[in-house]
Amino acid sequence: MTARIGVVTFPGTLDDRDSLRAVRIAGAEPVSLWHRDKDLHQVDAVVLAGGFSYGDYLRAGAISRFSPVMATVIEQAKAGMPVLGICNGFQILTESHLLPGAMLRNNHLHFICRDQKLRVESADTAWTSDYSAGQEISVPLKNIDGRYVADERTLDELEAEGRVAFRYLDGNPNGSLRDIAGISNAAGNVVGLMPHPEHAVEPLIGTGRTDGLGFFTSILKKLVSA
Amino acid sequence: MARVVVDVMLKPEILDPQGQAVQRALPRLGFEGIADVRQGKRFELEVDGPVDEAALARIHEIAETFLANTVIEDFVVKVEEPK
Repeated sequence: MTARIGVVTFPGTLDDRDSLRAVRIAGAEPVSLWHRDKDLHQVDAVVLAGGFSYGDYLRAGAISRFSPVMATVIEQAKAGMPVLGICNGFQILTESHLLPGAMLRNNHLHFICRDQKLRVESADTAWTSDYSAGQEISVPLKNIDGRYVADERTLDELEAEGRVAFRYLDGNPNGSLRDIAGISNAAGNVVGLMPHPEHAVEPLIGTGRTDGLGFFTSILKKLVSA
Repeated sequence: MARVVVDVMLKPEILDPQGQAVQRALPRLGFEGIADVRQGKRFELEVDGPVDEAALARIHEIAETFLANTVIEDFVVKVEEPK
């Protein structure tokens, strides 16, 4: 039986279709989840896709965090279910306190949209095992609230525990502290990042490379072998 | 109806580029002498019933869990006196 991977659609989510397609291309069964669903329809993992859920009113991700689906996602994530938050999904994960720190307006205040080079810092998470530590990948980046911040103690802890999953290369696009592009929780099942791997899974779109596919093949391999 | 105001500000150690942009614009507009600007949010909550201790405790909880993200922001709850 193939793994079922859910992708949540909130009002204002934009990248749910691309995420579902990435799941399918990786060989898993994509399952659409709605923000009002309390039930996760027997999925094995969840992707919180990018966009502007609830218009980013109040703060990016702050309102979504209280949607019915997130109550179950938070509970299941704490029990070990893999969750990937991309861009707005990353913001929702920090607002949910599933990941430490917070996301703020880019330091230059502009929306930024470009191909972004990243270094994979940790291949020890549920979503990055198909990469190798130190590997450089290129995926699209597009956001205005992409500045990752946390206090010094939290940052030191993330570094010491190998939980900085991705770092920006060739220029920090948003003022993120210590060039952090993505992090994981201590167990490695919850990963959040600002750039968009789901837009780089087919050679015809995005960066023209398939550097993002590894997220979805990593999780598939983990779920199938589990 | 009584009004309770919740002021939310970024913590002092968090960079506030929006406030900085406003501060940098001031001299261009002819307003001199402002050394720093920080931009926050003000929420005005109209409360049904009296603003007693229980209501204030509830608003404090709303501010702490929802209106402010206490990882990056501080907040102050004030009861606004009727005019």
